[in-house]
Amino acid sequence: MHIVVCIKQVPDSAQIRVHPVTNTIMRQGVPTIINPYDLFALEEALRLRDKFGGEVTVLTMGPPSAEDSLRKALTFGADRAVLLTDRFFAGSDTLATSFALATAITKIGETWGVPDLVFTGKQTIDGDTAQVGPGIAKRLGLMQITYVAKIAEFDPADRTITLERRAEGGTQVLKSRLPCLVAMLEATNEIRRGTMVDALRAARAEVVKWNAKDAGVTDLNMCGLKGSPTIVKRVFAPSARSEKAKFIEAGDGGNLSEALIAEIFSRQPSLEADLTALARGF
Amino acid sequence: MSEPTTPKAPAAGGRASTKKELPEHFKAYKHVWVFIEQERGQVHPVSWELMGAGRKLADKLGVELAAVVVGAEGETVRGAVAESFCYGADLAYVVADPVLTDYRNEAYTAAMTDLVNTYKPEILLLGATTLGRDLAGAVATTLLTGLTADSTELDVDADGSLAATRPTFGGSLLCTIYTLNYRPQMATVRPRVMPMPIRVEKPIGRVIEHKLGVVEADIVTKILNFIPDRDSNKANLAYADVVVAGGMGLGSPENFQLVRNLAVAMGAEYGCSRPLVQKGWVSSDRQIGQTGKTIRPRLYIAAGISGAIQHRVGVEGADLIVAINTDKNAPIFDFAHVGIVTDAIRLLPALTEAFAKRLSAHSSDKLAS
Repeated sequence: MHIVVCIKQVPDSAQIRVHPVTNTIMRQGVPTIINPYDLFALEEALRLRDKFGGEVTVLTMGPPSAEDSLRKALTFGADRAVLLTDRFFAGSDTLATSFALATAITKIGETWGVPDLVFTGKQTIDGDTAQVGPGIAKRLGLMQITYVAKIAEFDPADRTITLERRAEGGTQVLKSRLPCLVAMLEATNEIRRGTMVDALRAARAEVVKWNAKDAGVTDLNMCGLKGSPTIVKRVFAPSARSEKAKFIEAGDGGNLSEALIAEIFSRQPSLEADLTALARGF
Repeated sequence: MSEPTTPKAPAAGGRASTKKELPEHFKAYKHVWVFIEQERGQVHPVSWELMGAGRKLADKLGVELAAVVVGAEGETVRGAVAESFCYGADLAYVVADPVLTDYRNEAYTAAMTDLVNTYKPEILLLGATTLGRDLAGAVATTLLTGLTADSTELDVDADGSLAATRPTFGGSLLCTIYTLNYRPQMATVRPRVMPMPIRVEKPIGRVIEHKLGVVEADIVTKILNFIPDRDSNKANLAYADVVVAGGMGLGSPENFQLVRNLAVAMGAEYGCSRPLVQKGWVSSDRQIGQTGKTIRPRLYIAAGISGAIQHRVGVEGADLIVAINTDKNAPIFDFAHVGIVTDAIRLLPALTEAFAKRLSAHSSDKLAS
């Protein structure tokens, strides 16, 4: 069995700061991490491999420094890492990204065996689109199953998979066929610590580096800015509300809570009656 | 939405300024479509919210607004079609087939892409729900067009292009995204981001029925079961009247109880900012902001929340925003209506007590009279 897990190296968003004057992202010194949602995908893939045998290949597209994230994935126990890196990929939107990744997955299949499963996280924490997973599935003609909470049954011989999928207002239980793409939901498992053996192997392992040509891309117009139908026209910080916030202060001997409540109900007069009715149990 | 591996420079240059003329074969694409999401007998309210937004876009473009209803033949689909006219549709496209009884990506993608290729809309809007996001990504890739996820603002600019604005860089800035040379221009919008339009009783108008091009035997994925959420009848954060939320300013998971206490005293729902979910202090279904729930309550109280953009876009629709923060320069005071510069940990218990007293004092007054 062969499983490909797509991951992304992202800036640790908790540490992103915006320059107060120029409104540009202050990227210097912001540490990068594996997109946290992708770790649930990786762990699920590793569990299936541990149970059913086979190999897990991690794949990412990004700058050369994204090798760090792949090496990290190897320490968790992935068997192989592929870095897709080329200036032709710069500025890719989700459509161009899914094209590049899908092409690379095809090449991975030709090189190490056609994958039975492709895993992604639910979304990334920097783009937050959740579009690349479906994009890869459609490009490769895989069954697309997103928001997966649990893999209930997996039968590689029968080529079937039964999954629980988060839907609006409930959980769908689906039975599908391999090969398929699974986008894992967060908090579905916990990434392992990785063994000492894996750590040693990861330190020595060679990360496979492919440019567009190596990955099998024949039409560069499908990549990067050229292959992206969307255009970011403007990036800006939102302006402050024209009406300034009114600051409440406790006056001489005044009570801050009561001053605030008075302010709230003077602005929302009908709310008091409604909340009172609620408090009385109506 | 652009999800650059090496993020684009904020001052977008390059192709952004070189708009080509729309390719000839896309010029026939006209009108605004809204996908009406209905599952298990109910239309998701986000669909009507989108009809309100779609109506504005269609009027600005001088084109028609169409509702797209996909599902099993029956009461639900007929009801959704009828309702869509009350929410502003000029016409409705319907694909009704038993294969579409439950949402499955393959069948719904087939229905939607076939409709688009046949009737050629210029704009297609979907709700950013689990269903809408799953479907939109598949449809956009199949049609090879652009898709902007989780838009917080939709507009058409002078040349008629859809301008979709959304938070970017982890929610620290906003960006406006165009799909200039491809059609349809697609966008998803989260529930509660757009206001609910006023429903106006109207008769059913033009309905165009379209056949589904696939049969059950073509569909690989089968639904074995559907397990409804146990708490689905509980008050829902996104639609709550009053919401109290806490952020990192609370300092510890134990202090989050102060937020819950105030919510209980007010009969409100409680929520939190993203870092609290990431730290595991609060479960993710309580997260408010771009990647969590968008809320439009009558009153929102934010305690110890700094107000990053990704949080701001989730609460801006509130009628009244009250912010409590020790830092008078916190960004939350840029969009709050009422602010208190103090430590939420100290204020919350007093506020809880004062609210409890005020609301119960009232009730006893009234009971006595």
